[in-house]
Amino acid sequence: MGLQIIKPHTAIDFMSRRKVAALISGIVILLGLAGIIYQGGLKFGIDFAGGINVQVKFDRDIDVGELNGVLEGAGLPDLRAQRFGQSGKHQYLLRIPSGTYAPEEVRSTIQKQLNQELEADYSIQRLEMVGPKVGEDLKNKAMQALFYAVLLISIYISGRFEQKWGVAGVMAGGLLGGLYVLQLIGLPVGYLALAALIITVGMCWYLRLNYALGAVAALVHDIVITVCILTLLGKDFELSTVAALLTIMGYSLNDTIVNFDRVRENLRVKSPPHLGEVINRSINQMLSRTLITSGTTLLVVLSLVILGGGVIHDFALALLIGVIVGTYSSIYIAGSLLLGIGPTPESEDSGETEGSGA
Amino acid sequence: MRISLTYRVILSAFVIGLALIYSLPTFLGDENPLQSFLPNKQVKLGLDLKGGMSLTLGVDMDKALSNSLGQMGENLRVQAKDEDIVIIRPRVVGNDRLRFFLLDADKADQLERIIERNFNQELSVQNRESMGQKRLQYTLAMTEEHRKELREMTLDQALKVMRNRINEFGVSEPDIRKMKGNRIQVQLPGLENTKRAVELVKQTAHLEFKLVKEEVDPKKAVQGQTPPGTEVFYFSGQGPDSKNPKPIVLNKQPLMTGQHIADASVAFNRYNQPYVSVTFDDQGARIFERVTGNHVNERMAIVLDNKVYSAPTIQEKIRGGRASITGKFSDKEAHDLAIVLRAGSLPAPVNVLHERSVGPSLGQQSIQQGVTALAVGGLLVLIFAVVYYGIGGLIVDLLLGFNMLIIIAVLAGFGATLTLPGIAGIILLVGTAMDASVLIFERIREELRRDMSPAKAVDEGFTRSSLTIMDANVTTILAALILYQFGTGPIRGFAVTLSIGTLASMFTAIFVSRAFFELWVKRKRPGSSLKL
Repeated sequence: MGLQIIKPHTAIDFMSRRKVAALISGIVILLGLAGIIYQGGLKFGIDFAGGINVQVKFDRDIDVGELNGVLEGAGLPDLRAQRFGQSGKHQYLLRIPSGTYAPEEVRSTIQKQLNQELEADYSIQRLEMVGPKVGEDLKNKAMQALFYAVLLISIYISGRFEQKWGVAGVMAGGLLGGLYVLQLIGLPVGYLALAALIITVGMCWYLRLNYALGAVAALVHDIVITVCILTLLGKDFELSTVAALLTIMGYSLNDTIVNFDRVRENLRVKSPPHLGEVINRSINQMLSRTLITSGTTLLVVLSLVILGGGVIHDFALALLIGVIVGTYSSIYIAGSLLLGIGPTPESEDSGETEGSGA
Repeated sequence: MRISLTYRVILSAFVIGLALIYSLPTFLGDENPLQSFLPNKQVKLGLDLKGGMSLTLGVDMDKALSNSLGQMGENLRVQAKDEDIVIIRPRVVGNDRLRFFLLDADKADQLERIIERNFNQELSVQNRESMGQKRLQYTLAMTEEHRKELREMTLDQALKVMRNRINEFGVSEPDIRKMKGNRIQVQLPGLENTKRAVELVKQTAHLEFKLVKEEVDPKKAVQGQTPPGTEVFYFSGQGPDSKNPKPIVLNKQPLMTGQHIADASVAFNRYNQPYVSVTFDDQGARIFERVTGNHVNERMAIVLDNKVYSAPTIQEKIRGGRASITGKFSDKEAHDLAIVLRAGSLPAPVNVLHERSVGPSLGQQSIQQGVTALAVGGLLVLIFAVVYYGIGGLIVDLLLGFNMLIIIAVLAGFGATLTLPGIAGIILLVGTAMDASVLIFERIREELRRDMSPAKAVDEGFTRSSLTIMDANVTTILAALILYQFGTGPIRGFAVTLSIGTLASMFTAIFVSRAFFELWVKRKRPGSSLKL
């Protein structure tokens, strides 16, 4: 009765294509970084940069150029209009990238101008003002969130992947110690997140936590590529983007954990074949699960992107990209890296991993 | 986890029953026949879905401190005068220090005793400097403890005043709370006239009655020639930047302030123009009677937030403790002014740091779009599960339904707020919740392929995947917890549904679904095969 997309004895040779995969990832990252540098850094939305967004809905379609022309007379020099949400709903977002205007004054100014100059019914659906102080706070909070995510996830995977919670303790100690010193120097929290990442990679390398290293690499890969693609699509970096990135972190790790568990299980036989073959076989064994889970997740996220409306669109889009990249990376990036550095040497107490692989 | 089937079934049924009871009120709405049996809790919608306004206001603490210092300086001057000590020009410098001159340096000890006696907790002498001719310049600073206390008091006072004002304004279920960094967050669900609300909340409403200095020419005063103790004010709506500015020179020291107001209400004059009638409390009435009695035939300006509303001539001593504030008000403005005067003045000015307002139409639209996306995505997943896993897929679908129920029930039961990103979280979950079942099913299929008996395959499948499922979900929950901690408003809603949903999907996949499978396998004739 049940259907099978992936036949039980599928044997796709993923690992032989890992150089192509690395090339693709490399190109996307380079393009994205070039885009970010070209823009002069990440393009922050009003959450972080401060400013005012006003969402207006008209009863008919209005040319963006015409709308901008009309609003020019409002005396708000930075104001720019753009289309927003599903077409056919005639919604526009008016953006002022600075938080120094009083929001209610901006509202009445816009209302006055639209009433006078435009023959169309409209309603102001949403207004959001973020003052510079709050923007700064939110930026700080977002950085802290990323920082703690890196910290907690590093500690978790170093324990989880290696099945050695003592090592996780060492990892936590090393991380917290290193970060404490850096904090004393007065490093801003954004750099602390970066430092936590570097310390994690360094300690994984030093302690030969190779599964963890592969997972962290895949994670960083996913985040960087998602940010790159969003930049190339001209999207702003908002608080919701950070939320999407954190979710993607969790999702990407989830995939990697499942695949690596299988690798470890397959390595535990009497005379395991060549590592590349084991990784290939493991990925193939998990392929139908990977594709189904990613597939259903893609279905729902795609329906959110298409049907969810303008307010949630960018968040959903970031999730969509993250899910695709996360699936790809757990097959290619994490696996390739593991193949490059070899699995974590199994110690005598590895018996406790019994029964964990799915 | 070797738990007997009966126990498993009972616990599953219990949890699902509970989820049903708590989620039903949300689905059935306010008016339903089961109302008296069900808990009286529905899922609370966030402002982004319900429409309304969220304001974050910063209380200007520098101003509060400097106001308070100024007041203390004035009090000190009066107390010193009582003991024949003359100190002149007490003034606040740099927002945090009080400076004045003592005319007779011989009385320094006596003055400092007064300071120690009356302002021991509040002020400390930082510096005394001889200015010649027996003059001493004193610099006093507020003590750290008092500064802290004052900050808390100011914030609490501002909070109380705002609560009063908003309660009188009549918004249902307002939420007003203190936040870190001298901030107050005000949430007004369902509010439409945002402009009026902002003005109502923001207005300091500092009312003063000041004597007009007729002998000073306002035109000269504007150019900077103000005699000591006087200050230039402008009439409301006729400020220095307006087309027709109207300055007036007033005494700096108010005759009386608005702190003795007992009531304020809107009244209409014979031209049907609204004005605000103010009634003082007993003490206020006595002060008002005294000051008006002392200044008959002089003009007294009514100053609200540094703007002059009127400056009538006092005809006679005014008894009964009533005053009226006239001006070019609309009915609504007069009504709101009465509210703010009744509710009291803010201890310090506030600024809008963050504002988010969502119209009810957009809220409705968001709900509709979110639910559509959920329905379409969910339906696709449900169909896929059945096509792919047959009867097993039906179990997956059932589990998904249970997950939804549990999420709604937990949101309703704990009074958590559902936001648009929260709906997105639920949608995401429909996709990922499948994962746990997929892991289990694929494992069972694998075991079946190894010619294991159905019962054994189910057992193996569940046992071997449970740990992976938990591990894989821990990372999501970690991410959600961090988001909850650092996210604001709508994003928090995402963290909430994501973590509740992830926990629920773990429970249903590992626990409930196992009960289903074991029941299913048990009912089969021995020897028949399990199709998955």
